[in-house]
Amino acid sequence: MTTESGTDSEAKQPQENKETEKAKAAAEPTSPQNQPEQLPAAAGHSTPARTEQERQEEDLVSHRSSTSRLSRSPLRGVKKVKIMQCKVTLLDGSDFTLNVEKRAKGQVLFDKICDHLNLLERDYFGITCRDVENQKNWLDPSKELKKQIRTGPWNFAFNVKFYPPDPSQLTEDITRYYLCLQLRDDVVSGRLPCSFATHTVLGSYTVQSELGDYDPEELGSDYISELRFAPNQTKELEEKVMELHKTYKGMTPAEAEMHFLENAKKLSMYGVDLHHAKLVGSLYECLAPAEGEDSEGVEIMLGVCSSGLLIYRDRLRINRFAWPKILKISYKRNNFYIKIRPGEFEQFESTIGFKLPNHRAAKRLWKVCVEHHTFFRLVSPDAPPKKFLSLGSKFRYSGRTQAQTRRASSQIIRPAPLFERSSSKRYNMSRSLDGAPIMENHETLMKDSAADGAAKVIAKGDIITTVTTEKKAEEEKAEQEDAQMDAVEMPEPMATTPLRQDTKSDADEDSEMRTQTQDEKPAGEGTKEEVEPKVTEAAGYLVKYVVDSIATDLATSSGPHGISLSTTMDDDVFMDGTLREVDEKTPDSQEEVSERAEMKVSPGAVRQEVSQAISDKKGTLIILKEAEDKVDTEGKETSAADEEEAPVVPGEAEAGENEMLSKEKEYIKEDMSVVLEAKTTVVKTQSPTMEIKTDDMTQIKGSGSPKKAMASWISEGVKTDASEVIGVSTKQVKEMKTFDAMQQKAEIFTFVKEVQTEQSKSSLTQITVSESSSTSLSVSTLGWVSSSEKASAEPEERAVVATETEAAPVESTGPTSLDAVEVGTKEMPVVHTETKTITYESAEVDTNGDVDPGVLLSAQTITSETSSTTTTTHITKTVKGGISETRIEKRIVITGDTDIDHDQALAQAIKEAKEQHPDMSVTKVVVHKETEITPEDGED
Amino acid sequence: MANMCPYGRFTHAVVRGIPETFGKAVGDGGKNGETSVDLAKAQRQFGCLTGALRQKVGLQLIEIPPDPELPESWRIEDVAVIQGDTALITRPFKQQRRSEVEAVRRVVSELNLTVVEMGAEEGGSGGATLEGSDVLFTGREFFVGISSHTNHRGAEVLADTFRDFAVSTVPVCGGARLRNICSMGGPDTIIINNSDGAKKTLRMMEQLTDHHYEVLTVPEESAANCIYIKGPSKLDFLLHRPAEECPDSVSAFQKLQDYTLLPTACSEASKLGASLSSLCLLINRKHTYF
Repeated sequence: MTTESGTDSEAKQPQENKETEKAKAAAEPTSPQNQPEQLPAAAGHSTPARTEQERQEEDLVSHRSSTSRLSRSPLRGVKKVKIMQCKVTLLDGSDFTLNVEKRAKGQVLFDKICDHLNLLERDYFGITCRDVENQKNWLDPSKELKKQIRTGPWNFAFNVKFYPPDPSQLTEDITRYYLCLQLRDDVVSGRLPCSFATHTVLGSYTVQSELGDYDPEELGSDYISELRFAPNQTKELEEKVMELHKTYKGMTPAEAEMHFLENAKKLSMYGVDLHHAKLVGSLYECLAPAEGEDSEGVEIMLGVCSSGLLIYRDRLRINRFAWPKILKISYKRNNFYIKIRPGEFEQFESTIGFKLPNHRAAKRLWKVCVEHHTFFRLVSPDAPPKKFLSLGSKFRYSGRTQAQTRRASSQIIRPAPLFERSSSKRYNMSRSLDGAPIMENHETLMKDSAADGAAKVIAKGDIITTVTTEKKAEEEKAEQEDAQMDAVEMPEPMATTPLRQDTKSDADEDSEMRTQTQDEKPAGEGTKEEVEPKVTEAAGYLVKYVVDSIATDLATSSGPHGISLSTTMDDDVFMDGTLREVDEKTPDSQEEVSERAEMKVSPGAVRQEVSQAISDKKGTLIILKEAEDKVDTEGKETSAADEEEAPVVPGEAEAGENEMLSKEKEYIKEDMSVVLEAKTTVVKTQSPTMEIKTDDMTQIKGSGSPKKAMASWISEGVKTDASEVIGVSTKQVKEMKTFDAMQQKAEIFTFVKEVQTEQSKSSLTQITVSESSSTSLSVSTLGWVSSSEKASAEPEERAVVATETEAAPVESTGPTSLDAVEVGTKEMPVVHTETKTITYESAEVDTNGDVDPGVLLSAQTITSETSSTTTTTHITKTVKGGISETRIEKRIVITGDTDIDHDQALAQAIKEAKEQHPDMSVTKVVVHKETEITPEDGED
Repeated sequence: MANMCPYGRFTHAVVRGIPETFGKAVGDGGKNGETSVDLAKAQRQFGCLTGALRQKVGLQLIEIPPDPELPESWRIEDVAVIQGDTALITRPFKQQRRSEVEAVRRVVSELNLTVVEMGAEEGGSGGATLEGSDVLFTGREFFVGISSHTNHRGAEVLADTFRDFAVSTVPVCGGARLRNICSMGGPDTIIINNSDGAKKTLRMMEQLTDHHYEVLTVPEESAANCIYIKGPSKLDFLLHRPAEECPDSVSAFQKLQDYTLLPTACSEASKLGASLSSLCLLINRKHTYF
C-alpha cells in the first residue's frame, strides 16, 4: 500500500491537487480495513441488478456450485447427488464419456467438453441431442439437462452451432481445426453440397492436414481411399485429390486447414441450417407465376444463416430475408411467421407464414432464428422478456454474441496449444485402433478469464473478480487468502452483457445524435507496469464498446411488445434499418471508416462482417483514430511525450422523417494550455436521416412544450477529487438545427469517477495513480429521437468512451484544457438547437497501462426519477490485467422550461456524488447543455 | 475455390458463324420474316466481334463453322453455361434448336471441361428448359431468369450442376431474356437498363444476394448487354454497343475507370432479339487454386 501511494503521489503532477492526494491517502489506508466487511457486498452489488443479470448470476452460481464442489460441499453433502453418464460424440467421430450431475445445466456439460477439447473459443459451438423424432436439437445451456432430455440415454453430439463467416478471424488454430472437422462432416454427409472441383480441393487440404506431406513410401499408393471426401467418392476424385496433395509439400496442418476453410466458407450453403417447410398463403412472384401453380403448400426449405433467412425451393434460392428486413419472428402451433419490413415501394409490413411439419419443428426453427440473429447481429444478447402474465416463450440466446466472443478471444494469451489431429474415425473406420484422440488439456489461460465464467481452470490470483473497491485495493496477501478470496468470489457474476441501462428521461427523447470524442493521451504516467501502446486495439475496443452500449440500450428498451409467442425484434431491427439508411448518406465518413475496417462496428447490432458493412457504407457510428506514443519507465516518474489522436466520430443525427438533416463537418480545435502540444483534430460529423415511426412522433409532439434538460452522468473512481476537476474548462459549442418544432434545453453533467485497484499478489507493483488529463467528449444533440432507447444509448456511449480514454494513461496536465468545437450548420430547419458540452476530466493513470479494455464483470444501472430530474447510476466493474476497476457513472438529466442555475446544479451534483462515494473520486464531468430555440428567439 | 475467382477472367471464347439462313428461324415462320436483316452486315459485325475478342482482348478464339440447317446456332450462348471447368449443356426451349448443342459439346469436351448434360437429367424430360441467355453468373452466384424459355426445372438442374454457388431465380420482366436487361460490367458491377421491368428484376436480385454489387444503369434497353473480360493482359475490357446504336449510354460506360472500351456493333443480331453476349461462350481454362 505504501509503495503504491508513493507511486501515486510521485507520479502526480505537482500542481495537481493536493486534495486528490489527500483523498487518496485517506481512501487507501481504509480500504484494507474495509475489506472484510466489504465481502458481502458481492451480494449487494447484484441486488439492484436487472433481471438479466440476476439470471446469469444464478446460472453462474449454480454452475459454480457444481464445478467447485469443494467449497460448497458442506451445503449439499447431505443429499446424494445423482450422477448421470453422458456420451458425447465429438467432431472427430470419437465418443467422450463423462459424468455430470443429473440436475446439472447444459452449460456444465458444455464446459466439460470444451475443457476436454482444450477449446477456448467456445461460443461457436454447441451440444445437440436427438429427440424422439431423431431431430437434432440444441441444448440450452441455461437449462437443466434432465429437462431437455426426456427420454432415452444421455447421448449428445458436440457440433458447430454458429459458423463464423470468416474463419480466419478465429484466434486459435485449434478452433479452426474443430470447425474443419465439422465442415468435413457436413461435406461428406451432403449437408454442404459442393462441386467436384471443390471436393477435390477440400479433400486435398484434408489429406494434407491429417497426413502431412505427400510421401508415397510412407503412405503407400492407396492411402487416400481410406479417407472420405464426398458423399459419393469416386476413384477419379481420389486421384485428383492426390494430384493436388502432391503440390502441398511443406504446408503445415494449420495452413492446410486455413485453406480448407477459406474455400469452404465461400460455398453458398456454408453455415446454412436448413428446415423443411411449406409455404402458407400466397407469395413470391418469382415462384408462382412462372410455374403457373399455386404457391400454397409448395415444399420449400428455410435456411437460417448468419445474414438472415434464406428460402429455397429444391436447390434454388427463391427468396432471402436479411435480418434487418425482418421485424419479427414468431411461431404458433406448427406455423412459423416472419414479419417483413416494408420495402421501398410498399406501404405496409407483410407477414409471411410457413408451415412446419409440427410444433416442435416450428419452435426449433424459431429458436435457431433467435439465436442466429442475436449471435450475428447484436452486440450483446437481448434481455429475456420480463413477462409476468404472458404465454410467450422466454427463450433468448444467452451466450455471447459473435462480437463479444471475438473480443474475448482476442485476449487469449496462451501459447498455441499442441493438439493432435486425430486420424478421424469418421473417415476411416478401419483404423479405429487409433483410439480416441489425444487432446492435451492445457491449463486455460484466457486472459481476464473472459465473461464466460464457466468451468474454467481458475488460476488463483490470476483472475481478479472484484467485488468491491476496497477489497481490491488490498490484495497483496498470502496465497491462502487469495485462495479464499477466489472461493468467495466464485459466485461473482461474470456478466456477459456489458452495459445495460434503463433510462427514461425527457432529455433522452430529445437528445443524441452526434458524438464526438477527443482523446488526449499525453505523457504516460509512471507505473511499474509495462505499458504497451496497443493503440489500434484500443481504438477497436473503444468502438466496440460504444456500439455495445447502443445495442444494449436498444435491446433493453425494445422490450417485449407482443403477447404472442414471439420474439420481438422490432426495435433493434428498426434501428438497424435506420442507421443503415443514415450511413448510406454519409459517404464522407467512408475514409475514416475504412481505415478501421477491421473493427467491426455496426450500429445497434453487429453483423458478422461489420467491416464489410462499413465498407458498404451501411453502418458505423463511431470511429476513433488514435495514435499515441507512450514512453514508460519503470519506477516513478515517467515522462512521455505523447501524441494526439484524432478520434472521429461520425455520429448520427436524426431529423424528421426522410429528411436529411444536415451534413456537417466539424473542426475541432483543441488547445491544451498545458505542457505538451496543441493538437488539431478534425471530426467530420454527419447528421443524416432517420426515419421515425409515426407513433413516436405523435408521442413526442404530444409532450409538446419546450423543455430544458440537464443530465449528468457520474461515474467514479478512486484518485481524483471532484472539486479540482471542476477547475477545468472545456468548451464545445455546436449549433444545430432541427426540424423539430419543439424547443429544448438539455444540460448534461457528466461526472466520471473512477476507482482502480489492483490485486497484485505477485508484487508490490503499481496501483492506480491518478492524474489529471484532459479528455473531452462531446456529445451533441439535436432533434428528437424516435424513442427513448435511442437517447439512452447516448450517455452510455459516452460513458464507455470515457472508459476507454482513461484506459490509456493520460498525462497529468492539470485539469485545464480548452476545446472548442465549431460546427458548421446548414440551414433549413425551423428550430435551432444549441448544444453545449463541457467536459471536465481528470486523467487517471491506469496502472494497467495497456489499452486493454478489460473484461467486464458486471454492470448495473439504477434509475431514479423525479418530476424534472432523472438520475441514472451506472456501475460497471471490469478487470483489466491484474486490476479490477469499479466505475460508477451518474447521469442526471434535468428537464425544464425555466432557467436553472447550472453551475449550482453541477456543484450540487458533484457534491452529492462525493458524499455518496467518499472513497471514490471524480475523474470526469461532462456537462451537456442543449437548448432549442426558435429562430426568432435567437441564440442564447 | 478454384471456382471462386472474381468474375471476368477468361482465356477462350467459342463462337459460331452466321449462316446464310440467318434470320429465317424455322418455325418462327413469318414472324421474323418481316424483320429485314442484312446477312452481310450481320456477318461483318460478327467478324468485328470475334476480331475484338481475339486481337484486342487477347482470347483464344474457337470458331465453330456455321450450319445452314441451324439458323439460330450463332446464338451460342444459349446452348451451354460454363463456369470454371464445368460446362452445362442446356436444353433450349425450342425443339429445333436442341441439335445445336452437339457441336458445342464437342468443343467443350476438347477443352477438357467437365460436361454435364441437362438432357441427361431425368432423361431429358421433366420439362427442364434452360437457355444461357437467361443465366447471369456474377462470379459469386447465379441468377436464372425465369422466362418464356427457361423454367424452374431448368434452373434446378443448373443449381445441381454448380453446387458451390447460390442459384437464385428471378422473374424476367423488362425483356424477353435476363441477359437482355443486364450483364456484368466488372467483377462486382452489374450493368442494367433503365426500364421498369429491369428495375424490378434488379430489386429481386438485390434481395436475393448476399453480396454487394455496384449497379451501372444505362438508359437504352439494348445497351445493358455488354461483355466484360479481364483478359490475359489483366486489363479490363468492355465490349458494348457503339454510339450509333446506343447514343445515350456511351457516357455511362465511360464512367468505368481504366477500362478499355470496345464499341462493337450488333444491330442485326439485335433485330432478332439477341445481343453481344449471345454470340459467344467465354471460358477460363486457367484455374488457380489457392
